Amino acid sequence: MTLLARGALGAAILALGAGAATAQQLAPSPTLDAIRARGHLECGVHLGLPGFSFANDRGEWTGLDVDFCRAVAAAVLGDANKVRYTPTSVQQRWPVLQSGQVDLLSRNTTITFSRNASLGVNFQGINFYEGQTFIVRTASGAKKPTDLENASICVAAGSTEERMAADYFRERNLKVSIINFQKNDDAIAAYDAGRCDSYTAGIGALAGQRIKLKTPGDHFIMTETISNDPQGPVTRWGDERWQAVVRWVLNGMIAAENLGVTSKNVDDMRANSRNAEIRRLLGADGNFGAMLGLPNEWMFNAIKQVGNYAESFERTVGKGSPLGLERGQNNLWTRGGILFTSPFQ
Amino acid sequence: MTRYFYDKRMREIFWQAALLVGLAGTIILIVRNASQNMVNAGMASGFDFLWRTSGIDVSFVLTNYTPDANILALLWVGVANTLVITFVAAIAATLLGFVIGIARLSPNKLLAGLAGAYIEFVRNIPLLFFVLFWYFGVIAALPGPRQSIGFFAVAFLNNRGLTIPVPTDGTAFRIAALVVLAGFIAQAAIAVWAKRRRDATGLIFPVWASGLALFLALPALAFGIAAALSSWDVPALRGFNYRGGFVLVPEFVALFAALATYTAGFIAEIVRGGIQSVVKGQWEAAYALGLRPNRALSLIVVPQAMRVMIPPLTSQYLNVLKNSSFGAAIAFPELVSVFVGSALTNTGQAIEIIAITLAIYLALGLAVSGFMNWYNARTRLVTR
Repeated sequence: MTLLARGALGAAILALGAGAATAQQLAPSPTLDAIRARGHLECGVHLGLPGFSFANDRGEWTGLDVDFCRAVAAAVLGDANKVRYTPTSVQQRWPVLQSGQVDLLSRNTTITFSRNASLGVNFQGINFYEGQTFIVRTASGAKKPTDLENASICVAAGSTEERMAADYFRERNLKVSIINFQKNDDAIAAYDAGRCDSYTAGIGALAGQRIKLKTPGDHFIMTETISNDPQGPVTRWGDERWQAVVRWVLNGMIAAENLGVTSKNVDDMRANSRNAEIRRLLGADGNFGAMLGLPNEWMFNAIKQVGNYAESFERTVGKGSPLGLERGQNNLWTRGGILFTSPFQ
Repeated sequence: MTRYFYDKRMREIFWQAALLVGLAGTIILIVRNASQNMVNAGMASGFDFLWRTSGIDVSFVLTNYTPDANILALLWVGVANTLVITFVAAIAATLLGFVIGIARLSPNKLLAGLAGAYIEFVRNIPLLFFVLFWYFGVIAALPGPRQSIGFFAVAFLNNRGLTIPVPTDGTAFRIAALVVLAGFIAQAAIAVWAKRRRDATGLIFPVWASGLALFLALPALAFGIAAALSSWDVPALRGFNYRGGFVLVPEFVALFAALATYTAGFIAEIVRGGIQSVVKGQWEAAYALGLRPNRALSLIVVPQAMRVMIPPLTSQYLNVLKNSSFGAAIAFPELVSVFVGSALTNTGQAIEIIAITLAIYLALGLAVSGFMNWYNARTRLVTR
């Protein structure tokens, strides 16, 4: 080997080492790499739940959970429309996430201990506080869950509602008949056909499902809940950096509401705000995006294209939607709710 | 050494052994790989979950399962329900299929046409549609609990199902069932004895008379006495529905009706093919002996047609077994619904649960075809 060749080899090794050193500043994230390579986010959503994930008459997916997929796509790829949705049933959602078919599950899924501990999935925060209750025909006169003695209750097999309802009535020594369907839609259809006296789900989900009934006005959603069902986006174990991205996009949407940043004023806020946290959130100061391996405008894009939490909530399930839900628990902690976020520092 | 090498039998044994070792090795590799990957992904594995409390409420239980029992007991509920629906649906489909298949060959044009239309209709519609059609049809046809159709104020039919009273203690009925079984065995023995005597002496014993007594009078008497001796859990309207008794859920009825009417269409064609496979000369010979068409059919043609019909019938019975999994679509708690539906999502142990379910279907299917093969061997044409 000539001297020149040796020198060239040495330089090449040095260059390689330097390259590796820059790359090592960030932990590897195969999920982020894959999303960038394919150019879109794979998001697992509900088969069809008005207000949360529902394909409208133009075939566009809308809803609170869909908005979250859009916000993540905007943060990672700069375009909220670069999402491919995989509708999943109660039973399909776990294999779809575990097998890597979707990057993220944003689908009315209750956070539970055993799911976290034995399914190899992590919950990245709460985007909807929910409580399980029952819908009944107004004519039946039932007002609270304990009125349901001997009732037949339609439910989706494998949901938290299935076991929660069984536990609730067993504890109170009330006999009910629980009819387990494969899909929520089958259970709703059977309830509508008169097979069951009641269908059970979270209050928000019921408000969405009621729209599908033949005469929504004839049905009554109980106000007393039998559980607390916090719901939020889910990722698989491993790839911590990707998990942090998902977690902080959600935090960012809530923080934006708290800081008064909306899709309307986000340009102005980025240019002129003197609030340090807003400047960091929108990438005007610091390099928060780059710390996660994202463009510095990550949350700017998400808020500009999707909106903050309040905008998304009101548009999809709140007063601006057919569901008409109150903010209730899903309001900021400063306004009587329990929605809390961590600081962008 | 070369002696073994050139020995055909030795070579065969060697290749079979090599194949077996290779197969076992592959399976071990797959299982180890899968379990290692599951550990890496943080997913639970193993079969401990079978002993966990299930907590799942099931609407149609034939065992003594409660939600406090473990998941193994839940699995057994699913297996029992699958077996029961398969058994009753297969019998009904066979009866209906024979009637339609024979009707299709009837010289009466209207009858043959109707049977043909039924077969074409059934065979060209997906089973899922059939199941949903029956399900929503059954629900729509029945009244709500408050407008129930009562039978002597002890049994009630509504869209929650048919509620019938059950004895609080089943002992008297178990004894009655044993008595009835003994009666059936006695009748079979009498029939054998009567045939032998007829063959030997030509004397005819009125087998139908003892049959009437042992098949109708004895069961009626035994169950009547048992019913009078037992105390009853009679359903009573309370809250939303009748409480107490046993409920035959509409899901069962709908799945039963769907499987029976659907499979009957296929069995009808098998029956037609079987009958047509019997050469015309057999009919003519039967007529020449003075047999009427009905007697010719049942004594000469059907016994010969059976040989052709049994192998495809086996496939239809296996289809009924597998198609019973459509019960999951209408909330009938059969194997797939309770185990792959509820238990899988509750425990998340997909691989174990799918493997157990596959093994059970395989075992049940092999049992069905084993029985049919035995029956086939028995009815085979005896040739010398």
